Amino acid sequence: MATEMDYVPLAVCVFFFALVTIMGFVAARWRVPETLASIDEWGLGGRQFGTWITWFLVGGDFYTAYTVIAVPALVYAVGAYGFFALPYTIIVYPFVFAVMPILWKVAAERGYATSADVVHGTYNYRPLELAVAVTGVIATMPYIALQLIGMAAVIKALGLTGEIPLIVAFVILALYTYSSGLRAPALIAFVKDIMIYIVVIAAVVIIPAKLGGYGAIFDAADAAFKAKGSGGITLAPAQFFPYASLALGSALAAFMYPHTLTGIFASRSGDTIRKNAILLPAYTLLLGLIALLGYMGIAAGLKVASNNDIVPALFKSQFPNWFAGFAYAAIGIGALVPAAVMSIGAANLFTRNFWKAYVNPQIDHAGEAQVAKITSLVVKVGALLVILFLPTQFALDLQLLGGLWIMQTLPALIFGLFFNWFRAPALLAGWAAGFLIGTWMAWTDGLKPLHTLAFGSTSVTLYVGLIALAINIIVAALVNLVVPAPRVAPRPAE
Amino acid sequence: MQVYRGLYRMNGHNPKQTSRSSWLWLLLLIPYIGLLWVPFYNQVEPRLFGFPFFYWYQLMWVPISALLTWLVYRGLDHGD
Repeated sequence: MATEMDYVPLAVCVFFFALVTIMGFVAARWRVPETLASIDEWGLGGRQFGTWITWFLVGGDFYTAYTVIAVPALVYAVGAYGFFALPYTIIVYPFVFAVMPILWKVAAERGYATSADVVHGTYNYRPLELAVAVTGVIATMPYIALQLIGMAAVIKALGLTGEIPLIVAFVILALYTYSSGLRAPALIAFVKDIMIYIVVIAAVVIIPAKLGGYGAIFDAADAAFKAKGSGGITLAPAQFFPYASLALGSALAAFMYPHTLTGIFASRSGDTIRKNAILLPAYTLLLGLIALLGYMGIAAGLKVASNNDIVPALFKSQFPNWFAGFAYAAIGIGALVPAAVMSIGAANLFTRNFWKAYVNPQIDHAGEAQVAKITSLVVKVGALLVILFLPTQFALDLQLLGGLWIMQTLPALIFGLFFNWFRAPALLAGWAAGFLIGTWMAWTDGLKPLHTLAFGSTSVTLYVGLIALAINIIVAALVNLVVPAPRVAPRPAE
Repeated sequence: MQVYRGLYRMNGHNPKQTSRSSWLWLLLLIPYIGLLWVPFYNQVEPRLFGFPFFYWYQLMWVPISALLTWLVYRGLDHGD
């Protein structure tokens, strides 16, 4: 796409970026506590976010900039199959409604700040806690890198070259996250989400009006896929199982990530979470419409070098330049919120479940906050280095594996909330089996998300993460049956 | 009388309600069936506002799923 300089969108973007930067630093004074020097305050915003703040924060954190770029890109490239993000982000909420208030309650009553805290508290078994913590951190790192890819797509669309703008944006983000903690993304999420709503509502009204309506857009996409000979506006029968298993697997993995759990733990009450499970689908409606931008790109006759450029290219061709600038700003800020929450979630894990567990068990609240703040910087620098020095595909591949990995923490984190039949060593064996066999399957398939299982003459293709989770649970159950229970049942910590 | 009834519900002392709410939880399974059984909705016709069935059917599940979740919520005790 053309990259000649246009100063109007750039000015709009710089204005909004400056606005959220100020908000990020001012956030330290928002609902000001006596001190920010504890994980509860820095890393969880004081566990006081009510329904609306949680709605904006989790919405801003779960529906990331990368989603806005990548979902339409996939729909643009392959059609209906890319739409699995819609059933995924619908069925995730009944799960959140049923499970997350219970998890919140355990965490709030006992002061847990991370998934691994909960696992340690339930089983009092350090190896399982460490497995959950390490999985959380390594699954989050590539996710942060993906946010940078979203931001880079916008910077490229603005006509800026070189890596300096990306580095500057990220350094600023790192600094206000350091000083304000979770309050910064929570406050910025208000701006980000409102901007994204404006952009998408404008896009789904204005662009179809220009392109002859939705019927014409779907017809154009249908014709393009037929001409290309692959993809389509409905699924091929061979895609049914992949589609459904990707939706289900992604939904189970979504709230195992440190950044989504941070949103849960930061809520004021279980009721806050229940109300959000009812209200957050509003973002899903938005996502469904965002996905259609891919078809609009086809109908507008756009050709892009990289599929990820389709949304910026569409905005550039269909919007006046100031509004294109506004849209780019929305996507760019949309990368900052999740990147901040992800680095905070990873930092909380490192501090609680590695530093406190192994390096300095006597650490006080202020010390914990300091370790977490520095870790959040390190995590962000790491993600930046990955993007600057390794191929983009590396981050994408790792992100795919990250989803598979994080799903393997589900039995350890969730099962204990409902029944205590599983013992910790069995859960650890299940985690290891799911993690290793799943990674091996994905690796031998050439890092594709789908794996084909053959049963005699019939075969079924499923999301590899879901297969790994099944292996995980089966192995955990078998080990639990085979290995005798210890004579004294382990008591919960504290 | 109205006030009393409100308090009664809030504190969740209504035994009838508790037994009913355990059945209500099953409502949460409906979106999984509606969306994971793909062959049921993998078709273009009937269209709605130009949207093929595949698309409007899935979009329609957003409000339906939220409504079902709200029905379960309404039947719960809100202790926390």
